[in-house]
Amino acid sequence: MNCTENGREPMIQVDGVSTWFGDFQALKHVTMDVAAGERVVVCGPSGSGKSTLIRCINGLERHQEGEIRVDGTLLAQSRKSIDSVRSKIGMVFQQFNLFPHLSVLGNLMLGPVRSKGMTRQDARAMAMRFLERVRIPEQADKFPRQLSGGQQQRVAIARSLCMEPKIMLFDEPTSALDPEMINEVLEVITELAESGMTMICVTHEMGFARRVADRMVFMDHGEIVEMAKPDKFFTKPESRRCIDFLDKILHH
Amino acid sequence: MNRPHRRITACVLAAAAMTLAGCSQQWGWYVVNPATPSGLTNLKFLIGGLQQTVLLSLTAISISVVAGLAIALPGLAPSRLLRGFNRVFVEVVRAVPILVLILWVYYGMPQIMNVSINVFWAGVIALALSDSAFEAEIFRAGIQSIDKGQYEAAHSVSLNYRDTMWFVILPQAIRRILPALGNQLVYMLKMSSLVSVIGMQELTRKANELVVTEYRPLEIYTVLVLEYLVLILLVSAGVRWLERRLQADQGS
Ligand SMILES: Nc1ncnc2c1ncn2[C@@H]1O[C@H](COP(=O)(O)OP(=O)(O)OP(=O)(O)O)[C@@H](O)[C@H]1O
Ligand SMILES: [Mg+2]
Repeated sequence: MNCTENGREPMIQVDGVSTWFGDFQALKHVTMDVAAGERVVVCGPSGSGKSTLIRCINGLERHQEGEIRVDGTLLAQSRKSIDSVRSKIGMVFQQFNLFPHLSVLGNLMLGPVRSKGMTRQDARAMAMRFLERVRIPEQADKFPRQLSGGQQQRVAIARSLCMEPKIMLFDEPTSALDPEMINEVLEVITELAESGMTMICVTHEMGFARRVADRMVFMDHGEIVEMAKPDKFFTKPESRRCIDFLDKILHH
Repeated sequence: MNRPHRRITACVLAAAAMTLAGCSQQWGWYVVNPATPSGLTNLKFLIGGLQQTVLLSLTAISISVVAGLAIALPGLAPSRLLRGFNRVFVEVVRAVPILVLILWVYYGMPQIMNVSINVFWAGVIALALSDSAFEAEIFRAGIQSIDKGQYEAAHSVSLNYRDTMWFVILPQAIRRILPALGNQLVYMLKMSSLVSVIGMQELTRKANELVVTEYRPLEIYTVLVLEYLVLILLVSAGVRWLERRLQADQGS
């Protein structure tokens, strides 16, 4: 499927990508474009390749076949192309992956200072700005283990934003959270979506998906099975597998 | 928490002292009695080795920690050649007894290198070399114990390999291996006594020399035992203090 109606080059182009882990094929010829400013939500059963797909896009996993382009840059094996691609992408993980030995500010400043060569002063000012945006400026000097799960995930989002990415990838950002903390994180992501950030979010929070997504993607067994606008996706899905999946996830 | 510990140590020491003092016929404490001029001279002579023991051990462990890290990193590399180098080094060095290494470095090495080497540096090289294999194994285990998510988070904020290791992985690994590093320092302090065989004027050598002139092995070696005991208890306390400091750093 293509989304270049506006004539511009897509921000992310995934073209015929396949990935194997040993003999097991985790992605089977996946093709998908994401336009600048577009919000894509990916869902699908466990083991369907959702994480693998977004990890391939920022070079955390190698694809063996096909091509991935991010903002025009071809993702190849070379250090240079991987560096160029990952500098445009922010990634938020299910398990937060904050640096436990650094304070919240330390977590936010490490990337800008070490990889962008920003001065500590500038990095600190920017970090505070993004902490305000995720609404926890008062936690700046705490350490990750002193924060709740929801706060930790918001710090992780702020840490990614400090790298000023063009694209944000979320891999089940709320799956590890207690129910009462899910909303505070989803609110932050929703605001980010409204600000025009290009994003791919793997999630099973369907209410959130309906509100935020420009496009829904359903994956199963390493393939994209269904790709549609949310109203169509939720009301008239085409494939049997997608209908079954939505049935399970919406009416349990 | 620490108090009962300290009390037990004090009791054991007091009991030992009383037992020793009890069977007084065989004892001739006058050799090290600080109240008599000759006893004081002897005591000063014995304690005079302390500086060399500490200097030797600290120099050797500083070198072996750095060398151990440098040998551990290839052991974690994807390249089989680098991992092979790590394995061979660790297996070979670990197989040589420290005493043999000391003799080899002091008497053997000058013949191939055509330089004479003083006892201090011969001791440092032998101890550091021997210890570096153990340090390498400790570092390798410590680094491997760090969650994969930490590398992925570092990747996503565009850190290169060196910065990832230096700012993310090693600070966490070192906190975890601190008790093991402390053990190595204690081990090093004890093994430094072996350097007395090539004539280094450290604690053990001093005691040996005094025994030859005074012929009071029981008292002199008892003082020697106490010297090592005090030294090592101090080191253990220091390591535990450092552990607590670093834990407080992470806000727990
Ligand atoms: N490093 C790996 N080595 C071997 N197999 C892997 C690896 N990573 C993923 N897989 C396999 O690839 C398949 C897809 O994994 P992936 O993590 O992309 O699924 P997912 O859709 O994100 O599932 P979940 O909802 O459980 O997170 C799974 O069957 C998984 O076991
Ligand atoms: Mg996943």
